[in-house]
Amino acid sequence: MSEAVKISDLRFSYPSQTEEAPLRIFDGLNLTIEEGAFVAVLGHNGCGKSTLAKHLNAILLPEGGSVSVFGMDTKDEALLLEIRRTVGMVFQNPDNQMVANVVEEDVAFAPENLGVPSEEIRRRVDDALKAVGMYDYRKHAPHLLSGGQKQRIAIAGVIAMQPRCIVLDEPTAMLDPHGREEVIRTVERLNKEKGITVVLITHHMTEAIRADRVIVMDQGKVLLDGTPKQVFTQVERLKAVGLSVPATTQLLYELNKAGCNLPPDALSTEECAQALYAMLKA
Amino acid sequence: MLKDITLGQYFPGDTVVHRLDPRTKLLMVILYIVALFLCKGFVSYGVALAFLITAVVLSKIRPKALFKGLKPLLIIIIFTAVLNLFYTDGTVLVKFWIFKITREGIYNAFFLVLRIMLLVMGTFLLTYTTSPIALTDGLESLLSPLKKLHFPVHELAMMMSIALRFIPTLIEETDKIISAQKARGADFETGNIFRRAKALIPILVPLFVSAFRRADELATAMECRCYHGGKGRTKLKQLRYRRRDVFSLLLGVAVLAGIIVLRRFGL
Repeated sequence: MSEAVKISDLRFSYPSQTEEAPLRIFDGLNLTIEEGAFVAVLGHNGCGKSTLAKHLNAILLPEGGSVSVFGMDTKDEALLLEIRRTVGMVFQNPDNQMVANVVEEDVAFAPENLGVPSEEIRRRVDDALKAVGMYDYRKHAPHLLSGGQKQRIAIAGVIAMQPRCIVLDEPTAMLDPHGREEVIRTVERLNKEKGITVVLITHHMTEAIRADRVIVMDQGKVLLDGTPKQVFTQVERLKAVGLSVPATTQLLYELNKAGCNLPPDALSTEECAQALYAMLKA
Repeated sequence: MLKDITLGQYFPGDTVVHRLDPRTKLLMVILYIVALFLCKGFVSYGVALAFLITAVVLSKIRPKALFKGLKPLLIIIIFTAVLNLFYTDGTVLVKFWIFKITREGIYNAFFLVLRIMLLVMGTFLLTYTTSPIALTDGLESLLSPLKKLHFPVHELAMMMSIALRFIPTLIEETDKIISAQKARGADFETGNIFRRAKALIPILVPLFVSAFRRADELATAMECRCYHGGKGRTKLKQLRYRRRDVFSLLLGVAVLAGIIVLRRFGL
């Protein structure tokens, strides 16, 4: 499989508002993401997650080092539109990324910008809305929809560009549990069925469990990187950087500390229940 | 409480009037307004009224909704009527103290009220039957010749549609801020007008801050979706003139021409 994202020796800092030293975010970050992967990026506030996301479609450009997506260097201005078309981005607040006051017009925004012919836009809009399960709402006004529905519209708006990778920057932070589930299930389906590479930046461990790969960031560096089972079993290291672990892992960890002998990597609720059942039966 | 604001309200429908190209409707409203200002006598006002009634009937918009649009203008209408009634020179019919009512005054007042009402109802019919997006698209297309003079037509249309898009969002936000300030003991309902105006500051400041933050995020989101100005942009819904547009425009021109002719005869 080819590489969707290749970051080498990325250095970046924000200019400081108090005229002191600039706020350094990355100082030599290396990261590669395979095409077709579902990657969750974790880390507490200020660790550079969102800054990383903005580097993936040339909203921010590296100060040093390079970021390339699908072989395109983000510094190449001639490729700007192609890069943004290939790597779609969904943000936290669904209200602030909607442009039009009819759902289908909003989904059509990106293909309109790309100069796609009308009939093709129609087809893409319908396909995108069906892909997120919002086709029946195409004539609705976005402000009358629920948070989860709005966020699915935002995802459809990105899908309509036919991207190869979608970056979601805390897409569920403002949603209720029901809306969160809607959004994550949609993202999972797009990853599995359409083979779109997904980079999900999140605060919620329950969402990270469902990824193929979890990257934990701390102070602009990759702290942990591996499958959810590999990452979440390192309870002490996660806690050291101020992150929580999934409730299941927490339970198994505490029980093991108290002397039980349970598999620490039973992440899903079912697996955990099975492990507990097996122990209690024995 | 702010949710009742009806700005650019649109009643979706599928009638001939709804299906007309927004550009046709805009042009017809302009023709209609010009015609109204050229009306002189009963006959020409009758023609304009007949034109409006035809459009209303075809659009299946309830006349009640149109009259509702007149309500905020009631004071202006009464004010103009009264002014015209008492301050027009001519044949005096009634006179008491310093007031006098003349025959011309009655005519003037009546026609002016009729004109304002027809004007407002005609334009309301436009916004009732045309979605805001179609309206801005139509405006963009009609003004596009100005692009040659480097007038930012596309940017203007984009600004308008984004403004329309954010009206409900910002209204909702205002409601939230008002509740939040009330919860902290802010008082918006008592005191004289200055006190109340001052009480608005704690609402306006957070509202503006949040609006700027929203604008910033929206700009980034738009860039992420490949927005790069109006150049090379296509549309989901292409505006297209059809036969009914040609007929409607011809009808509009005919009405205007008819009223000009009637004016010559003072009717």
